[in-house]
Amino acid sequence: MNSRDKILSNIRQSLTSSQKNLSSSDERKQAVRRRIGSHPRGIIPDLSSKHKLLTLFQEKVEASEASYSKVKSYVDAAAEIQQYLRQHNLPQRIRMGKDKRFKKLKWGKGDSPQIQTGPSDGKDFVCLSHAQGGICETGTLVLTSGPDNPTSLNFLPETHIILVNKKDLQENYEDSWKALRRGFGRGKLSRTVNMITGPSRSADIEQTLILGAHGPLRLHVIVVDEAK
Amino acid sequence: MKISSPEFKNNACNALDDNQLQGALRHVRKNFVKKRADARRDLPEFDALRDSARAIKDHTLAHLDLYLEHYEKKVIESGGKVHWATNAAEARGIIMDICRKSNARTVTKGKSMITEEISLNEFLEANEIQPVETDLGEYIIQLRGENPSHIIAPAVHLNMDQIRDEFRKAHTHLPAERSMDEPETLLREARQILRDKFLSADVGITGANFLVAETGSSLIVTNEGNGDLTQIIPRIHVVVASIEKIVPTLEDMAQITRVLARSATGQETTVYSTLSTGPKRKTDEDGPEEYHVVLLDNGRSSMLGTEFSEMLRCIRCGACMNHCPVYQAIGGHAYGWVYPGPMGSVLTPTLIGIDKAGHLPNASTFCGRCEAVCPMHIPLPKMMRFWREREFEQHLSAPSHRRNLTLWAWFAKHPSLYRFVTSIGMRILAIWGGSAKRINWLPMAGGWTKFRVLPAPEGPTFIRQYQRAKRNAR
Repeated sequence: MNSRDKILSNIRQSLTSSQKNLSSSDERKQAVRRRIGSHPRGIIPDLSSKHKLLTLFQEKVEASEASYSKVKSYVDAAAEIQQYLRQHNLPQRIRMGKDKRFKKLKWGKGDSPQIQTGPSDGKDFVCLSHAQGGICETGTLVLTSGPDNPTSLNFLPETHIILVNKKDLQENYEDSWKALRRGFGRGKLSRTVNMITGPSRSADIEQTLILGAHGPLRLHVIVVDEAK
Repeated sequence: MKISSPEFKNNACNALDDNQLQGALRHVRKNFVKKRADARRDLPEFDALRDSARAIKDHTLAHLDLYLEHYEKKVIESGGKVHWATNAAEARGIIMDICRKSNARTVTKGKSMITEEISLNEFLEANEIQPVETDLGEYIIQLRGENPSHIIAPAVHLNMDQIRDEFRKAHTHLPAERSMDEPETLLREARQILRDKFLSADVGITGANFLVAETGSSLIVTNEGNGDLTQIIPRIHVVVASIEKIVPTLEDMAQITRVLARSATGQETTVYSTLSTGPKRKTDEDGPEEYHVVLLDNGRSSMLGTEFSEMLRCIRCGACMNHCPVYQAIGGHAYGWVYPGPMGSVLTPTLIGIDKAGHLPNASTFCGRCEAVCPMHIPLPKMMRFWREREFEQHLSAPSHRRNLTLWAWFAKHPSLYRFVTSIGMRILAIWGGSAKRINWLPMAGGWTKFRVLPAPEGPTFIRQYQRAKRNAR
């Protein structure tokens, strides 16, 4: 017997000997199929008393030590990004993926930043990503891997800027799973799904919280209120 | 890892005398406990979520074989590989094979208790592969040649001076007179050094907080981002996880993650929660080319259906040790193996044997705080009691301990004699206590009274009072 069969048969043996009324194997298989098929939601924190969802999202993003801004269009988003870079004395050089929505960014004449595309080699100061969704419950951005938004951009730069469309904001994690299932199909996901809440941090030295561990030191979240 | 659990009593005494350690442990008492309490207060659904989380794990464990099969199918569908390991040696062998096939020289590691359980680092080093711990706490203790003293805060036993000294010793290529007064400076230094390791490693090894059967994904939750760099930069990503990490669906995972971070660090959620599913896709421009999952049993399938079955619900949040008066007093190293605190006192005997770990389930006041704060409602004191019974049955406890228990049992079975003897004993103790009604020293109990004062008994025994109250009620 190989290890796989040994482990599985040991599990079955332990379960059978301990549960006098272990349901038939057909019933058990059905229970598993049913749960995966219907993926019940369980207890969901009630956010109805907490202001408007967008206000909650902003509050949670800021509580996570990220900065937040909201713009009316992708054209405005470009201006906001350039303004942010100037404010933080960062070079006007940005790495980003091939997300189509980036094409709508209109950089100011003359001072357009230098744009690089593709994954990061660790030498970039600033990377820009577009989130697939945002979770208001915790102020979390949901990013999926692919050529549109390579995962290395989320972790290697010192400054990470994430755009999220207002229409993609979800109340809770469960709504976000729904959107992922719609995007990738049942039981399927992109290679990586990153749920990001604030810049990286560590409390491993005397439990003092310090921002900027191995991931970005700064995270700027921009909500774009433009119909897609 | 060397097992020093049999020397627990010595370890504990040394820990109590260690001023530096006692200083560091103050942070545990202060921070962890308060942060969890605040997080619980801020989420009205917290206790309902705990019940939900327990029900999910119970359902999953009752169908563990089937969920594992479904999970395996989904990993294969997404292009990954599943390797099954019945024990630590098999798991190490599988990981070694993967490293050899790719001629790996260096391996970066995300924080993982399961790789501590299988002593992976020592094994890789012995086979001339360099493992690099990348979580800041793990990196520090790797430099010091130590093991983690806490399952989520591995370097919680150290203070800043010790960390600074260690960095000066290890990072000799940096100017010796550089300023290192702020914790920020130390963190930047580690970031810089580990950045190069991330970019040059051949294999990245992480654990998993959950395995999701629905999608064949592994989830890790971290704050530093080191786990993510470990699982996206190297050419090969290896996940090492034990079989009970499985949950049915993304919804089930979210129920449990809502109580995980709150119980651990008091955060609503960690900075990064990342699902990895298979290797990179055809059009992806980054991510690993190979994705392997090593599913480890190591005795867990035999725990199912026994009195220790509920331990398999554990999600490794560390709340039980943060709230344990014993852990708070002696820290994690005294426990002598991978898992400290109450969860370790239950798990360690199953993994290394009650003959070696017998002291651990005895090192409890049974105050019950561990069970009270456990997000998965694991009855830890009850299970420590089971271990004490097993230890007694197997004649492993000290002869004096056994003699006293036998004597007590004989009296307990003769109630009238028991009451007679205890009432005499009480009267003697009351006199012994004198006018202060306090006992500072007792023959044959000097070890106990050395640190404590026993209040002298007052008034009649409980049984006497009970009988009197019953008579009066009539």
